[in-house]
Amino acid sequence: MLSRTADHLYWMSRYTERAENTARMLDVNYQTALMPQTQEAAQNGWQGLLSISELLPTYLSKHPVITPKDVMEFMVSDDSNPSSIISCLRSARENARAVRGSLTTEVWETQNQTWLEIQKLIKKAEFKRDPAKLFEWVKFRSHLFRGVTVGTMLMDEALHFMRLGTFLERADNTARLVDVKFHGVNSEFFGENNLSDQEYDFYHWSSILRSVSAFEIYRKVYRDIIRPERVAELLILRADMPRSLHASLSEVVINLRMIANQQSTGTERRAGKLLSELKYGSIDEILANGLHAFLSQFLDRINELGFDISKDFLVPT
Amino acid sequence: MQPFDEMYSRLPYEDKALRDHYGPYKQWLDSQSMTQMQSYQEEAEVIFRRVGITFAVYGDKDEGGAGTERLIPFDLIPRVIPSQEWSSMQLGLIQRVNALNKFIYDVYHDQEILKAGIVPLEQITNNPQFRAEMVGVNVPHNIYSHISGIDIIRAANSKGEGEYYVLEDNLRVPSGVSYMLEDRKMMMRLFPELFSSYQVAPVAHYPDLLLETLRTCSPNTTHDPTVIVLTPGMYNSAYFEHAFLAQQMGVELVEGQDLFVKDRFVYMRTTQGPKKVDVIYRRVDDDFLDPSIFRSDSSLGCAGLIDVYRAGNVNICNAVGTGIADDKSIYPYVPKMIEFYLGEKPILNNVPTFICRNPEDLKYTLANLKDLVVKEVHGAGGYGMLVGPAASKSEIEQFREALLKNPSGYISQPTLSLSSCPTFVKEGIAPRHIDLRPFVLSGKTVQMVPGGLTRVALKEGSLVVNSSQGGGTKDTWILEV
Repeated sequence: MLSRTADHLYWMSRYTERAENTARMLDVNYQTALMPQTQEAAQNGWQGLLSISELLPTYLSKHPVITPKDVMEFMVSDDSNPSSIISCLRSARENARAVRGSLTTEVWETQNQTWLEIQKLIKKAEFKRDPAKLFEWVKFRSHLFRGVTVGTMLMDEALHFMRLGTFLERADNTARLVDVKFHGVNSEFFGENNLSDQEYDFYHWSSILRSVSAFEIYRKVYRDIIRPERVAELLILRADMPRSLHASLSEVVINLRMIANQQSTGTERRAGKLLSELKYGSIDEILANGLHAFLSQFLDRINELGFDISKDFLVPT
Repeated sequence: MQPFDEMYSRLPYEDKALRDHYGPYKQWLDSQSMTQMQSYQEEAEVIFRRVGITFAVYGDKDEGGAGTERLIPFDLIPRVIPSQEWSSMQLGLIQRVNALNKFIYDVYHDQEILKAGIVPLEQITNNPQFRAEMVGVNVPHNIYSHISGIDIIRAANSKGEGEYYVLEDNLRVPSGVSYMLEDRKMMMRLFPELFSSYQVAPVAHYPDLLLETLRTCSPNTTHDPTVIVLTPGMYNSAYFEHAFLAQQMGVELVEGQDLFVKDRFVYMRTTQGPKKVDVIYRRVDDDFLDPSIFRSDSSLGCAGLIDVYRAGNVNICNAVGTGIADDKSIYPYVPKMIEFYLGEKPILNNVPTFICRNPEDLKYTLANLKDLVVKEVHGAGGYGMLVGPAASKSEIEQFREALLKNPSGYISQPTLSLSSCPTFVKEGIAPRHIDLRPFVLSGKTVQMVPGGLTRVALKEGSLVVNSSQGGGTKDTWILEV
């Protein structure tokens, strides 16, 4: 298939996944905000959300202070923020439109319909009163997109590039989520000096789990009270948790193998190596060496993988 | 003159003048309320938007500053053509396209028609559409115009019957076929009941015929040919059609940046390395195809493409230089071409045309400006045109001056009233003028689907059907019995 086509397919999926994860992040913050919490904790929540996506400077250049209302608008409907939900959905649709000939009618119409509807929803501004409803809708459009993709596309390269985009983006987004939510104020979250943060209550941890649809999964897997190190383990190392780093990387490796070409051996090897570290790693080890360090390194390597994929397949020179 | 009406023969509408083949349709239409029709209309619009059958309007922005995408208006009332009318039109179209292809071959080879004095030499050599790069180049099956869109109108003759005329040949990159296909899909979706009372000839196999045509025009005969569609990109107004045809044929939709030339072959960049291309169905104008030969600022084509083409290592469909045959200054000679190359009488009429470079024709034209349609020979899309009866005094005087300054730049024709067809507009159902563009495919053989794109001028009294000037489309039904 054309490299440019593969590029559009890959980014279409990445943007759709990003829109979904942004909606999930916003949702968890919004839900937490409904709980009793200190001013400082609330502020930290919204600020964390911006720094997760490396958007704090952009935000502050437009808004003097962090308020829930402004952050929400910035992340949902601000055209000038490339990571806002509306921008992601626009980019997904633009990419789809550029290769609509390589998509099934159902996949194209799903993307197009999502774009047409989000514009209407935002114009109506109803989401300001009930943002949870909008987030739910974004998630479900993303579910629909994935379903219609695996349900109708020929299982060839086009599908593999789309899946590759989805899971690379998901690995990135989940890692960022874990990083920011386990961020100690002054030091390493799990360190001796930070015992107070580790005593965040049930509501803090359950909201994180809910943001990745993992609350029920946690109960099923651990049959116990919610402990932060287990939350980290679930989101990083569990192979059977669909949004974990391990599960996402597995899919990246599988799809990379399906599209392999003569120059992609190095990329496959690096992806495989990263996967095996997750496969044979333990949470104790990771925590002993520092969670933040582990996640930063993971994000760097995911980023490199993205570059390698571009170089090998998408924009060959 | 009163136009001929496709449904009622004449205006105003009277039931006793209803043409037979519209009988069942009329019965059905009478049973529909206007509110119902309105809701069908709205449903159609929603579906077209969702499917994304839109065209981009250059430089046009909506309130939010985003580029706008518009729908081409779709009319609910079909244009119905009885089978015997179609069979003779089809023969005429095949004959005409055959002659045009022979003409293009001749112009770029021995120029016999010029030597015979049938087409004046300077009409060719001084024509900007003449591509010197094509002289002596051989193309598969000697076919240049693989996809021809022939614009046909119908006007009332002295007996008040409708007669078909060819208004224009489109042999460069004719567009609109996707609307023919999508309009039919929409009609079958909205009005399935109508298709059981009529035997409407299907058109959905057009992409199949197109693919077959393109494959038979591959310059390599040893392996399975690789066919691609070359588009200027998603901001082109016909992008939907490019993507649609590529998808329907199952071939790659390629932009100039995806192609490169190496050792006199064209390749596309794929995820598995370079892949050789054999046939390019291009939807990019000649001028933009190859920056090393034509416009050097073009990024829509591929440098070196024309060299590969001339070496016979790739085929470009339609060929480079077909514009020499669909230019308005050449149009008047088509009936003579048919006689010259095929030894046959033309089946389809041309609109009588005055060639203003001939002193007598110029004199007649100047004396009758208020009754004539005057066209710039290189104009297109309904621009650069004077419709005498509808023009103001000053517009007429402007054209008179232009004509005197450069007579060879113009032709003129009597104002034929395009036939009308009932159309669903704001005021209800009213007559609007229409034309027809069937698509003729030429490869190893000449083929076409029974149908075409009917364009309709939605403004009352308007004769300009182009979508750029407020035209819409209708489904075209060719009846099998």
